[in-house]
Amino acid sequence: MSHRTFVWICLLPLVVVTIAFFLLPIAQLVVVGATGPRGLSAYLAILTEPRYRATMINTVVLAAATTIATLVIATIAGLFLQRHRFPGRAVLIAMLTFPLAFPGVVVGFLIILLAGRQGLIGAISNAVSGEKIVFAYSIFGLFLGYLYFSIPRVILTIMAAVQKLDVGLEEAARSLGASPWAVQRDVVLPALGPAFVASGAIAFATAMGAFGTAFTLATNIDVLPMLIYTEFTLAANFSISAALSIGLGVIAWAILALARSFSGGAVAAAG
Amino acid sequence: MSAIAGHGAAVHIERCGKTFPDGTQALAPASLDIVSGETLVLLGPSGCGKTTMLRIIAGLEQPDAGGRVLFDTNDMTPVPIEQRNVGMVFQSYALFPNMSVSDNIGYGLKIRGIDAKARAARIKEMVALTNIGGLEDRRIDQLSGGQRQRVALARAVAIRPRVLLLDEPLTALDASLRDRLRGELNRLLRSLGITTIYVTHDQAEAMELGDRIVVMRKGAIAQIGTPREIYFTPQSRFVAEFVGAANIVEGPVIGRRLMLTGGSLALQEAADIAAAVAMIRPETIRIVGQGDASLTGIIDSVSFIGDRLRLVVTGAAEKPLVVDAPNTIVAGIGDHVGLSVAPEAIRLLPRED
Repeated sequence: MSHRTFVWICLLPLVVVTIAFFLLPIAQLVVVGATGPRGLSAYLAILTEPRYRATMINTVVLAAATTIATLVIATIAGLFLQRHRFPGRAVLIAMLTFPLAFPGVVVGFLIILLAGRQGLIGAISNAVSGEKIVFAYSIFGLFLGYLYFSIPRVILTIMAAVQKLDVGLEEAARSLGASPWAVQRDVVLPALGPAFVASGAIAFATAMGAFGTAFTLATNIDVLPMLIYTEFTLAANFSISAALSIGLGVIAWAILALARSFSGGAVAAAG
Repeated sequence: MSAIAGHGAAVHIERCGKTFPDGTQALAPASLDIVSGETLVLLGPSGCGKTTMLRIIAGLEQPDAGGRVLFDTNDMTPVPIEQRNVGMVFQSYALFPNMSVSDNIGYGLKIRGIDAKARAARIKEMVALTNIGGLEDRRIDQLSGGQRQRVALARAVAIRPRVLLLDEPLTALDASLRDRLRGELNRLLRSLGITTIYVTHDQAEAMELGDRIVVMRKGAIAQIGTPREIYFTPQSRFVAEFVGAANIVEGPVIGRRLMLTGGSLALQEAADIAAAVAMIRPETIRIVGQGDASLTGIIDSVSFIGDRLRLVVTGAAEKPLVVDAPNTIVAGIGDHVGLSVAPEAIRLLPRED
């Protein structure tokens, strides 16, 4: 058996699995999207139909906001946690990464407990000002829930990247007269660029497709996964839900590709 | 070049020690005066405290209470590194990967708010000074080790520092490049006239670059002196063995003679020591005819090194003696030879038991 043949035989299981469980279902999804009552225009409908379009924009804006907020919080926290040693640090890191274990439903439940009609914030604001603040069922509640499960994913990546930073770079910048702010701006943040792209991409894709939290909180917010669910199960609108699924995938993929191309220089330079 | 040259500060280190939070003492309190424009080399094996000393001068470490660092007459101890105006070159070079070569060189100027035109002029000057013309727009990962070293130096010098601090700047390079850059660096430092503190574990580098050398060991200063003083008149066995090759011989001194197993050697001064320790450099031992020599031995091995012959002679002292002989002499293993050493080349050292 030649070396080449051997490699192909080893690859065969992967090829089979990829085709059977990945390529075929996606192809089927594409076909289903194009063979409904509207035909190919189902794909167009996700852009032209106001309800679908608004949901699409909502979802992208929400996912982008979640990603940015997560990156800001996780970078500050990650830098601090990696650079300082204090009692309780390990416990704090464990707590911050704990939500990784929660399904979206539990996260949604936590948000309701915090800011729902019987929630903690409502009770406190009621006692203080006589007005009950409830935002769990709004887009802000959803944002908070997404933040909650995005931060652990991002913070671990950032901490690993901070650990690999060459402390000499910061010392060199300081020796050249850079203030602590300038060091962060000119040295630390650019060096963390690849980590921002990698972890931000995961946060964005997760927020785009998150279903459990949205489903638990779902009241007056429409996000794409919810729309797909309702079109599919309630309206039995197979072709539109298939088209929306493809749309969701394409948007997530396109934004990731965009982020990667923007950070191209930074990624190469850090290598 | 004249615009950059000659503005070095004198550095005074007063009782600076460093104890880390876990209780280990990296540096015993030490004082040191560095003259304006001087190149001072901190030399020693790893863990001797030389880098800690450099970092205290830079402002990257605070000395233990009671220690002070002065530039000229200004107490810099409480001043953070970003306000000390020191140029620093790191062993890893620590060049900013997200900036081009000229942005790296110009970074300190940009931070100081110097306008783009003046900055470009200074960058050009630095590029010429360090011989890196044509690389200005390159990214750092497109540079070789030697080029990175030059960029790091250009970046440190561009800000016209009061003190230039170099932490093993040549260690990461391969041997032949290191030798060449050492010569270049030497000429550059001489022409700049900036007060320079240079950390290295390489005694050849220390010899070539230093106006004075501070040999350090286990967090303390072992000896301070010019390269000649350090080489010819070491004050301890450690310095003798760390700097250059050294034969350490032991035996009693009677009258003006050092008594060894294979005979005796004349000393400069008379003394009476029951068990003396002395250093003899290999190149100061001459191979002479057996007849008129006061010390004899047997050649144990001969290595041809090119510019000289390195012989190992047994039987002369308790331990085999290393002798550097001219490459023209004829010597064979097993030959009985006489050895002669000028009295001034024998350096008595204090016993360390």
